[in-house]
Amino acid sequence: MLNLLLSRLATAIPSIVGVVVVTFMLTRLLPGDPAAYFAGLAASPQAIAEIRAKLGLDKSLPEQFVGYIGDLLHGNLGNSLSTGQPVVVEIATRLPASAELTLFALIVAVAIAIPLGVLAAVKQGTWIDHTCRIVTTAGVSLPVFFTGLLFAYVFYYLLQWAPAPTGRLDVFLSPPTHITGFYLIDSALTGNLETLWGALRQLALPAISMAIFSLAPLARMTRGSMLAVLGSDFIRTARASGLSPRTVIFTYAFRNAVLPVITTLGMVFSFLLGANVLVETVFAWPGIGLYAVNALITSDYAPVQGFVLTMAILYVALNLTIDFVYGLVDPRVRLDS
Amino acid sequence: MKRRSFIKTTAAAGAAATTAPAIWSEAKAQARNETLLLVTESPPNSMDIHGVGTNRPAYEVSWNCYDRLITYGVKKDANGNDHYDYTKLQPELATEWDLKPNSVTFKLRKDAKFHDGTPITAKDVKWSFDRAVTVGGFPTFQMKAGSLEKPEQFVAVDDNTFRVDFVRADKLTMPDIGVPVPVIMNSGLCKKNATATDPWAMEWCKNNLAAGGAYKVERWQPGQEVVFARNDDWKNGPLPKVRRVIQRIIPSAGNRRALLERGDADISFDLPSKDFAELKTSPKLTVIGTPIENAMMYLGMNVNQKPFDNVKVRQAVAWAIPYQQIMDSVMFGQALPLFGGADNKFKGAYWPQKDGYKTDIAKAKALMAEAGYPAGFETTLSFDLGLASTNEPLTILIQESLGQIGIKASINKIPGANWRGELLKKNMPMITNAFGGWLNYPEYFFYWCYHGQNAVFNTMGYKNPTMDALIDKARFTTGPEYEAAVKGFIDIAFEEVPRVPIFQPLLNVAMQKNVTGYRYWFHRQLDYRQLVKG
Repeated sequence: MLNLLLSRLATAIPSIVGVVVVTFMLTRLLPGDPAAYFAGLAASPQAIAEIRAKLGLDKSLPEQFVGYIGDLLHGNLGNSLSTGQPVVVEIATRLPASAELTLFALIVAVAIAIPLGVLAAVKQGTWIDHTCRIVTTAGVSLPVFFTGLLFAYVFYYLLQWAPAPTGRLDVFLSPPTHITGFYLIDSALTGNLETLWGALRQLALPAISMAIFSLAPLARMTRGSMLAVLGSDFIRTARASGLSPRTVIFTYAFRNAVLPVITTLGMVFSFLLGANVLVETVFAWPGIGLYAVNALITSDYAPVQGFVLTMAILYVALNLTIDFVYGLVDPRVRLDS
Repeated sequence: MKRRSFIKTTAAAGAAATTAPAIWSEAKAQARNETLLLVTESPPNSMDIHGVGTNRPAYEVSWNCYDRLITYGVKKDANGNDHYDYTKLQPELATEWDLKPNSVTFKLRKDAKFHDGTPITAKDVKWSFDRAVTVGGFPTFQMKAGSLEKPEQFVAVDDNTFRVDFVRADKLTMPDIGVPVPVIMNSGLCKKNATATDPWAMEWCKNNLAAGGAYKVERWQPGQEVVFARNDDWKNGPLPKVRRVIQRIIPSAGNRRALLERGDADISFDLPSKDFAELKTSPKLTVIGTPIENAMMYLGMNVNQKPFDNVKVRQAVAWAIPYQQIMDSVMFGQALPLFGGADNKFKGAYWPQKDGYKTDIAKAKALMAEAGYPAGFETTLSFDLGLASTNEPLTILIQESLGQIGIKASINKIPGANWRGELLKKNMPMITNAFGGWLNYPEYFFYWCYHGQNAVFNTMGYKNPTMDALIDKARFTTGPEYEAAVKGFIDIAFEEVPRVPIFQPLLNVAMQKNVTGYRYWFHRQLDYRQLVKG
């Protein structure tokens, strides 16, 4: 197991180095001129030149790159011009917001998709199967920003069930003491029930809109994989031996069917984490996606590089975790690698 | 797994989505009454107006938290709303001043203190002015617009007396002291946080206030919210009525509107025209749209390129723009027309004003033929995607209309980040763009937009020595001579028409009925100090 981990880590290093180089080059190749953008309303050529010098953009590309690598080794991702803060600090405060939203959405999605998929496979061709098909098709064909806007309109504007879409907490609640950066966990740990409730209410709509979108791949994958396993010989044997349907489905079939579901889960998670910018915009969620897009719009190099790097590291970590979970779920995987 | 956990989780999610009375304590309800919730689109990026790349929302923070020596008076506009008065300068930190031909001497308020309790002295004022003219970039540039150029001009006579020596007689010097840039900073506090490489404490001031103004920043979560608390010891003006202001960033315009209509937000600033037109009829809200002074949306043509070097072609374009259609379907009537005047001549020493152009395709065609382009030509029409909600329909209407006189214009959308860079290159043949100047003088606008010094905002690359001479003359004269100069350059601008004025935009704000005291300011940011929530 340790060998496996180490070898995976070793393969991850070149990809991270690659990401560093590529993001640096890409941001420089983009046509925008940050100096012109940030010079402000009354920009004269001198003013822009002064700003360019201040940003270090008047140096040659190799010089800029060496400077960038040096900063990186010191854990310094530079300063964002559009928010005025160090990128490391920004990412550290915004990543938990995105992660909390994504994880919560994923938990909701898994909690619905897996039982639904299993049921659809077991009762193939019945109304449950059809419901599963309709729900997943509808979910995947509604873009997240659309469901988000629709939910905000119906549940906030019309019905007033949901709180105002103003971000992670109601305006008049103060954030819980920082422990993990996850408001739900932090407020629960500090016993601040009012904040816990407030955070949960704010989380509900965006998380559900994201969950609906990610239902489809999970439920379809669970169903397909369950069907394949349920049709195999050892299940027939198990049934013939008079085991209870419950044991057959959960102990024998599901455990064998879960491997592709975990792969899909990993993909869905990474996809959600990167793609939730639209939900973040609709619900004013101060997450990392919104941050990166704003930075791109203003040609703000440092946050874009920081974002891509963070994402790359997250993906690598995620893949490692999934490999690790494979081994736990299915002992055969260990032999294969 | 997990049937049970499935049921549990969905039940919990369901419960969260349904309504439940918020757990408000008495104190919180009280806080809500004394707090003004402002929803806005973009967050401030600095606490320091002198910083590199400080954005417009940051001007608002600076305006409300810092003092300036002087400020502007107030008048009622045509609709009976409060409007700053650029003809009246009023005390802020300075209680009185003595304006002489070569200098002005300010007496400073004796009991004024910074937020940390240190008294505000003339040394602080001098340090702050020195900083503004030294650090470069936008602040230095803005100071220069009022002939405030070097530290030697600023003299701390004694603790409560500060003098500015003029390098030349410039009527913009005094008004320029009241703009957001020359803020009074706590020099002692700044020096404590300065370093050898950063003598003006630029790094520290980005995230910290060294101020003495009407509001303090209680909490700042960059990109999310700023919480302002009133400075109860403020002496430089009437104590603001609102104790706390929370500025929340809500990127989606639809949600800002929903929050306002549901009564969850108190005020929303800088609304899109469509929302403004629709909210106007709402019985629950007060909506105010003020024409933005010295500003216009225009179509600019590059006079250094064929075929726009030909004045007849430019006039043809000016006669072909579908003005009224733009007013109706792009602006929903929420703008002032700058077309269809009685003639193409000067109408008074104010700006912007109507020119004589209107949509007349026959006339435009005739001009095209005269110019030698009876069959038209191909060109591109560029705009800033950052302002797409106005620009996109606007350019499509113009494209269609130009097609009728044989000009095939393809539309070129430029992302916001590139726009400035592209403007600087000055090689786009045709653009739509907006510009507004802080100081409400025609020659100020013309200095930026038509003068041969060729600033970024002279997007047409227009150079005309006669016009330059008139603009320069207007900057430093008064009386009939001044008016003659203004008449001169406005007439040339209409006749030569390198830029076609289309409309004067409005600054729109919507608030709950119980919020009053809104005042329009030339810097187009919200001043919390006059607002009342009751």
